[in-house]
Amino acid sequence: MTLYVNGIGMLGPGLAGWAESRPVLAGESPLREAATPEPSASLLPPNERRRSSDSVRWAVHVAQEALQQAEADAREVASVFASSDGETVVLDRLCTALAMTQRTISPTLFHHSVHNAASGYWGIATGSQQSSTVLACYDSSFCAALLEAAAYALIEERPVLLVAYDLPSPPPLHAARPLQGGFAAALLLTRTPAPRNLAQLDLALSNDLSEETTSMDDEWLEALRHGNHAARSLPLLAAIARPRGTVVRLGYLEDQQLMIRVMPC
Amino acid sequence: MAQGLVDERTEEDRSRLISDPSSIKTVGGDPHDLQCAATRHQQIRSKAMVPLILNRYTLVSALGKGLDETYRALRNRRSGLRPCDFEDVGIATCIGRVDDVEDMLVGNGSTSAGLGRFDCRNNRLALLGLQQDGFIQAATEARERYGAHRVAVILGSSTSGIQETEHAYGHRDPTTGALPSSYLTSQRYTHNMFSSAHFVRTYLGLRGPAMVISTACSSSAKAFATAARFIEAGFCDAAVVGGVDSLCLTILYGFASLQLMSSGLCRPFDGDRDGLTLGESAGFALLEKSEHAHQPGAVALLGYGESCDGFHMSHPHPEGTGAIKAMQAALMRSGMTATDIDYIHLHGTATKANDSIEDTAIHSVFGPLTPCSSTKGWTGHTLGAAGITGAVIAAICLTRSMVPGTLNTTRLDPGLSSHVLLEHRDQPVRRVLSNSFGFGGNNCSLVFGTV
Repeated sequence: MTLYVNGIGMLGPGLAGWAESRPVLAGESPLREAATPEPSASLLPPNERRRSSDSVRWAVHVAQEALQQAEADAREVASVFASSDGETVVLDRLCTALAMTQRTISPTLFHHSVHNAASGYWGIATGSQQSSTVLACYDSSFCAALLEAAAYALIEERPVLLVAYDLPSPPPLHAARPLQGGFAAALLLTRTPAPRNLAQLDLALSNDLSEETTSMDDEWLEALRHGNHAARSLPLLAAIARPRGTVVRLGYLEDQQLMIRVMPC
Repeated sequence: MAQGLVDERTEEDRSRLISDPSSIKTVGGDPHDLQCAATRHQQIRSKAMVPLILNRYTLVSALGKGLDETYRALRNRRSGLRPCDFEDVGIATCIGRVDDVEDMLVGNGSTSAGLGRFDCRNNRLALLGLQQDGFIQAATEARERYGAHRVAVILGSSTSGIQETEHAYGHRDPTTGALPSSYLTSQRYTHNMFSSAHFVRTYLGLRGPAMVISTACSSSAKAFATAARFIEAGFCDAAVVGGVDSLCLTILYGFASLQLMSSGLCRPFDGDRDGLTLGESAGFALLEKSEHAHQPGAVALLGYGESCDGFHMSHPHPEGTGAIKAMQAALMRSGMTATDIDYIHLHGTATKANDSIEDTAIHSVFGPLTPCSSTKGWTGHTLGAAGITGAVIAAICLTRSMVPGTLNTTRLDPGLSSHVLLEHRDQPVRRVLSNSFGFGGNNCSLVFGTV
């Protein structure tokens, strides 16, 4: 199964956007500082930007970057959003309110609690009426989303924007799932080559687990990959950043691997 | 029309609707028009999917456990809704609660390892679902037939096991604010959004691709679309699809805050409808390619259509353009036109706006003649499980040659123009379209039929 990557967006500690992060991921320049950048998500109308959660803004920010890089029209692009833990800040506020005697919650808080909040805001910001699938698969959420995006692009013959994101939960939820740092990545994928492509991907799902899944050479990036499910995309992003072809293996649950042959375009 | 039920629309109204050019597709005498129509038809056909058989399917809801109880409740117009008796909730409304969920356990009572880790209301409901209609046996046979790696688990849920987190927040350490340690270790297996698919996959011993789709009320309908793509893409040979959503404080107080909840029983498409009634359900279907499931008259997924409104988080697009797109895409995928559909299972939540906009969308795609109804008066709105609930009810219509009416509704809204049935019809049913529309403006329509 062959796919083309037309655009990439990313946001993480010390990784502010694809243009800035590419040389770091390729090992051409060192990771400088690990400050967490603020997403601008300028596509969101001011009211929506004010109301939305951090995770929505992270997701929209990287989606916007990938789309602009590919010079694609959002209204023609389907989307797949992947988040393992969803809107944890909203859930914390909801459950805190529900533990009070009055149980008073605001309507806005409630409709922001859905797992597809980022997808909904993306639709509002772009006016896109294309399909948007939002999924969760714990640590394998990025891999599951890549499968869904690949199948969609191939069968529905439409460009797909894959957006994976997760931010650390606030206390006390953080203790249940201690993510280390926020991370978001977006890839615009097509089944046929676009005028400009960053890479060609050949995907195959396999239950041969004899080879290790791909890790990051850099210790700090490897810690990031381990600490946030959305950062499980890093080995693929690093392979696209390098000028030579390589094979990346992503773990899918405990039972399968997604083998991706990455070729520069 | 049964005695005592009033359809305020006159024959003239219907005639007007029928003569409305926007509601009827016509092909003129111009050869060019005919040629265009033929090309369009060919394009539609070329996009049609290979039907996928629902080798086995089942449902647990407030109507009962399994297909027979569900069918009997539908047939006898017995609602599963009751005055709200969930936990200590003090909201004046009704709910579609499933009996016995409180009294069962997932696993052997140990919450530290094995299946016991998954124990929560949502997974108990999932287990009740798996136990009906020989579903576990069918999934086991599929596992043996294809291999555990070749059977996927694609489920939908909107709130997963959030009740565990609600309870944990009621038991925080008074000094540190920490959540109970038992909650912290089980959260991955209960509330995390992947929990239901993780549980079902573990319970059935499957090792293929898995995920939970969470797009609010379209979740478990979209599970069919993703599973169909995974089978076509060769990621798996069969898939356990479906969904589970259980009652919790979040949805009860949440929908109350939005003022979208009925104070009594929901009355879909009624002129005096005052909101939705919440319910819970778990349903599953084993989806396979037809050459592997030789059952004459079997129920099959013929098409799916997905779209977004791109409009608002909790209010549908006023012109129903997203819903129209989903229904048209589902027809295209099934290689059919609107006239091939015998019955539409409405999303029909009974809120003022949802019903009115779904009506606009239905009228735009199907015109005023295709029979449709909402079964939310029986089950309540089961949110992320609404898609699988609609799918299983569609399968019951196909196999029992019945089209259900609409429960609790006595006076159809005169401002709506779709052909909403209040009473059952006994008639052959070959093709059913089922709608699911969710928060975030996320839409999915499915077409089922017999092959």
